[in-house]
Amino acid sequence: MTDTVRIGCGAGFQGDRLEPALVLAEHGKLDYLMLECLGERTVALAQLRKLHDPAHGYDSLLERRMAGLLPLIKQNGVRVVTNMGAANPLGGAQAILALARKLGLKVRVAALTGDDVLDALDPRQKVLETGEPLASIGPLFSANAYLGVEAMLPCLESGADVILTGRVADPSLALAPLTHHYGWRIDDEDRMARGTVVGHLLECAGQLTGGYYADPGKKDVPGMATLGFPFADVDADGNASLSKVAGTGGKISRATATEQLLYEVTDPTAYLTPDITADFSAVEINETASDAISVTGARGKPRPATLKVSIGYHAGYMGEGEISYAGENCVARAQLAGEIVAERLRGQFQELRIDILGLSSLHTRAMSGGDYRPYEVRLRVAGRSADRDMAARIGEEIEALWTNGPAGGGGARKETREQIGIVSCLIARETVRPQVTVFET
Amino acid sequence: MKRKLYDLAHARAGDKGNTTILSLIAYKAEDFPLLRARVTPDAVKRHFADIIKGEVARHELPHLGALQFIGQDALGGGVTISLCVDAHGKSLSSALLEMEIETD
Repeated sequence: MTDTVRIGCGAGFQGDRLEPALVLAEHGKLDYLMLECLGERTVALAQLRKLHDPAHGYDSLLERRMAGLLPLIKQNGVRVVTNMGAANPLGGAQAILALARKLGLKVRVAALTGDDVLDALDPRQKVLETGEPLASIGPLFSANAYLGVEAMLPCLESGADVILTGRVADPSLALAPLTHHYGWRIDDEDRMARGTVVGHLLECAGQLTGGYYADPGKKDVPGMATLGFPFADVDADGNASLSKVAGTGGKISRATATEQLLYEVTDPTAYLTPDITADFSAVEINETASDAISVTGARGKPRPATLKVSIGYHAGYMGEGEISYAGENCVARAQLAGEIVAERLRGQFQELRIDILGLSSLHTRAMSGGDYRPYEVRLRVAGRSADRDMAARIGEEIEALWTNGPAGGGGARKETREQIGIVSCLIARETVRPQVTVFET
Repeated sequence: MKRKLYDLAHARAGDKGNTTILSLIAYKAEDFPLLRARVTPDAVKRHFADIIKGEVARHELPHLGALQFIGQDALGGGVTISLCVDAHGKSLSSALLEMEIETD
């Protein structure tokens, strides 16, 4: 291939493994390493932490990930691009500098803020999921606009070792370095689209390299415990070749890549990001070598006029309880236990969900087949309440089955947790003011 | 002759809000026309009766051998407020592969 820039992905979600990023940083010969750590709820949860302690609100694993990575990225000349800033990129940058000082390293961090738009929301704006105005949702505690390449470019231009953002579109974590490296124009629609496909393939890390893919005997994946995370070699036109570090576990194939290409894409002809409307329908994936694929063919149309905003609101408490039954007639005993709990809680919950795990909890009873008789099942009861104590009653009623319920019940457990609801709306681009702050040791 | 999709294709599920996104990918390119003919939006909606409560739409990606299904109102209100064990509906990919189709 002609001159290329190499971008790896060292994390595909908040709780991803730590060491594949270290393997990439040390052995991957990377130019850039992206770490994608913000799910739907993560920023909202981080915002709650910041309310309790203003110094926090960045990703809870930021220090652990960066402690291992900082020496390796300085040694190997790798720039990190990550959304681990979460609800507090400035605080996160300070934490990285403190780490760098402890390790005796000279580090520059560029923090991107401005995605927090809680104070700029218009209560008349429609909630995308319901069509109702925002005012119908109730007290909101977080609102973050998805920023993109345009906001991130100054971070790249600062020469920072670590680019630390809050909410950005996941593919932008790859597209921003590409745009910066090649000097692409943000209105170069086909290149924006191709770079977006690269970012989308990389953004879930192991899901490209055989993770979330294996089905023993049918879709075998070697070395899943040492899965190597992927990197992309991208040329000046945005065409890419994707692979992983030699000797790591996992596999990259047309099949693993097609699953990831289509993952969570609601319209393959119009994949919307802050940067572009990308058309995946003509994308071609070819296996070029063992564990290597080439990707071409994405096309772009103008980017959306607005930005999407992810909004967190308090959605009450979920109470949950479970208990297991085994052997002859276990299903009937589990069902009886469910009926007892439902009768005890009658009228207290708008919705009480009663599941038989092992039989019909994931999908309908019809799917497990009429004459299927499991050896063991687990009853689960769940419900939501605005009141924590009421939610907790569910688990309490399950536990009370120890001495008041059907025979042979075992392994009772209960849990009550706060629910964070997430909805989205749109916001005018002009309302959002991204800001870059550069820190140095 | 009836065959399960599990034998002909692989699948992955994703979610956006209360919508399930199911990718169905033929193992062999020559099986794609059969999948396109039999795994219609109506057939998928019937298969997922009581799970997908809204519309099912389908996109075709022939040179990837893939069909993409979008099912509305499928996730108990969405991952953040659903009471389901599998709030994301990630195991719906497996449910899709249980579907049987007529082959010629």
